Amino acid sequence: MRTEGTRVIVLGLREFHQFHAAGRQFLYLVPSAAVFELDLVAEAVIRVLSEAPRSEDAVLEALADRFPPPAVRSVISELRDVRAIGHQQQAELKEPKFLPMVPFPLSTMVLNVTNQCNLACTYCYEYGEDKIVDTENGKQSKFMSEATARQSVEFLLKESGQIAHMTFFGGETLLNFPVLKSTVAYARQRAAEVGKTVDFSLTTNATLLQPEIIDFLADNEIGVTISMDGPRELQNKFRVFHNGAGSYDIVAPKIKALLQRHRSRPIGARVTLTSDTIDVTRIYRHLTEELGFWEVGFAPVTTSPDQKYAISDRGFDRMLGQFNELAHEFQEQVAVNKHHGFSNIKDTLEEIHKGVSKAYPCGAGLGLMGVSTDGDVAVCHRFAGSDHHKLGTVKDGIDRTAQQEFLEQHHINDKTDCHTCWARPICAGGCYHEAHVRYGTTRRPNLHYCEWIRGWTDTCLQVYGELAVRNPDFLARFDRDEAKAEAVL
Amino acid sequence: MTHLKAVNRKAARVIDEVQRDVVALQQPPPARPHFPLGCSLAFSPGWEADSTGGTAGLCQPVERDIFDCHLGCFWPAHVPDQLNHAPSWTAKCAAAQKDWRKLDLVFPG
Repeated sequence: MRTEGTRVIVLGLREFHQFHAAGRQFLYLVPSAAVFELDLVAEAVIRVLSEAPRSEDAVLEALADRFPPPAVRSVISELRDVRAIGHQQQAELKEPKFLPMVPFPLSTMVLNVTNQCNLACTYCYEYGEDKIVDTENGKQSKFMSEATARQSVEFLLKESGQIAHMTFFGGETLLNFPVLKSTVAYARQRAAEVGKTVDFSLTTNATLLQPEIIDFLADNEIGVTISMDGPRELQNKFRVFHNGAGSYDIVAPKIKALLQRHRSRPIGARVTLTSDTIDVTRIYRHLTEELGFWEVGFAPVTTSPDQKYAISDRGFDRMLGQFNELAHEFQEQVAVNKHHGFSNIKDTLEEIHKGVSKAYPCGAGLGLMGVSTDGDVAVCHRFAGSDHHKLGTVKDGIDRTAQQEFLEQHHINDKTDCHTCWARPICAGGCYHEAHVRYGTTRRPNLHYCEWIRGWTDTCLQVYGELAVRNPDFLARFDRDEAKAEAVL
Repeated sequence: MTHLKAVNRKAARVIDEVQRDVVALQQPPPARPHFPLGCSLAFSPGWEADSTGGTAGLCQPVERDIFDCHLGCFWPAHVPDQLNHAPSWTAKCAAAQKDWRKLDLVFPG
C-alpha cells in the first residue's frame, strides 16, 4: 500500500493523431511520423487514457472486465516504447535542432529562362500586386542568355549528386525556346563527360506549343507540366492575354496535340484555385477525360488576403470537401489497381508511407534552388532575382554563409506555432513564398491554412490506412521506385 | 510487438529501434557500430580499496564512481529516484571529486 503523499507514476497520452480506416484504428505518431494499427486492447487503453491520465493500476482496473491484466500491461509497455503514451511526470523529449550537413547535394535546379510572359493572368505572383521582383523595370534581364544557361549547367553538375534534375521555368518558358533547346543539348553532353545523369522538365502555359516544339519535347523525354485552370469559363477567368482575351481556345488544341505526340513522360496539369474557381471535381474531369492529362495537381492561389480572388476560410472548407471527394474516388480506383490522376494525394501518400518528418517544408535552399535570368541563385524559383533571398550566383557558387543562415532561421524548431500541431511532420509550416506574400517574411508558418492542412492530412491518412489494408502492393510501389532510383546510383 | 502493427516504413524502424537489446562485451559484434562504455574500459577506479584496505588513499573518492555507474553504464548503481522523488539530489554536487560530501541520503517522503 502506498503511503499518503507518495507520488504515483501516472500515464498520459503523448503526441499523435488517431484515425479510422477500413474498420480499424490507427495512430499517426508525432514527431516520428510512424503509423501503427491498434488492436482492440490498445484501442481501449488509448481511450481510457484520453479521458484522463491514470496510473497503470487504474488503467488495469478500468479495463478489468474486458481484457486480462497481462494483455493490458503488455499494451502499456508497447505504447510507451513507441512513445504514444508516457509518464506524465517525465518531460517529453525535446526535438533536437539538427541542421542538414552542408554541402547538401543539389537535386533540382529551376532555371527561369525568362521573366516575361505572353499571358497576363490576373492572379500571377510574378506580375500582380504581390510580386517580389520588378521584372519590367528591374535590373534583371528579361531573357536568360545562352552563356548564363551554360554557367547554370556547370553549377548544377558541380553541386548535384549522381542524378541532376533541371526544370525550365518562367515567365512563359517557351518564349526562350532557343536557349532551352541549346541548354538541353549542352547539359546532356556535359553530364556525360562528368559521368552524371541529367533529367529535364518544364512548366508552360501551352500557348506556344508548336509542332516542332512538341517534337523536341517528346524526342528529348522532357517532362511537361501545363498550367491550366480547367474548362473554358474557368480558364478564361484569370488566364488571359494582355488584351484580356481568354486563352482556352488557343491552348486546348495545342494540349491535345502535345498529349497525342508526347508519350515518353506522363504529362500533368497544374491548376491554380481561386475563390471564384473552386470546382475541383469538374476541373479534374475536364482535364483528364476531355483533354487527356495523366495527372492533375491543385494549389490554392498565392496572394495577400485582401485580393478578392484570395481563398477565404469558407473557401478552404469548400475546397477540402471537394478534395475529400476526389480522394475517395482515388482510393476506390487504386484499391482495385486502376490509375487515378489526382496527384496531390499521391505525393502525400508517399510521404506518409516513408514516414517523412520534416525540419523544412520543402527542399528550397537545400536540394532545390532557383536561378534568375541573370544567374543569381535564390532559395527557389519564386524568389529568383530577389536580392533578399539570394544564395549565390551560378558563376561564383553557393554562398554557404547565406545558406547556413537560411537553414538556421527556417527550422521547424523555431516555428513555435507549429509545436502543438500534429500535422507538422508533413507541413512544417508550409510554403516560404506563401508566407512571404501573406506576412512579409519567409520565416513565419502559414497560419491562415492550418485547418485546411490538418483536414487534408487527416484525409490522406485515412486513404493511406484503407490502402494499407486493401491494396498494400500499391504502397510497396513507393519502396520499389526508390530501390530502382538507388540502384541507378 | 503484439498489439501494435507497424504500417508504414517509419513504424518498422521505430520497432527495430525499441526492440534492440543491450549488447554485452563478449557477444558477437552487432550489425551496427557499437561503442562499449563503462568502467572496465575507461580505467575508472571502480569499487576498490587502497593498499591499506580502506578508501582514504584512493586517488578519487569512491562516491565519484556513482556517476560513472548510474549515468554512463548499463549496470545501474542504486541511486535515489531522480525522476519522481529526488529531482534535485545532485543539485549541490556540480563536481563529484570536490563536492561528493554534499550528496546526501534521501528518505521516503
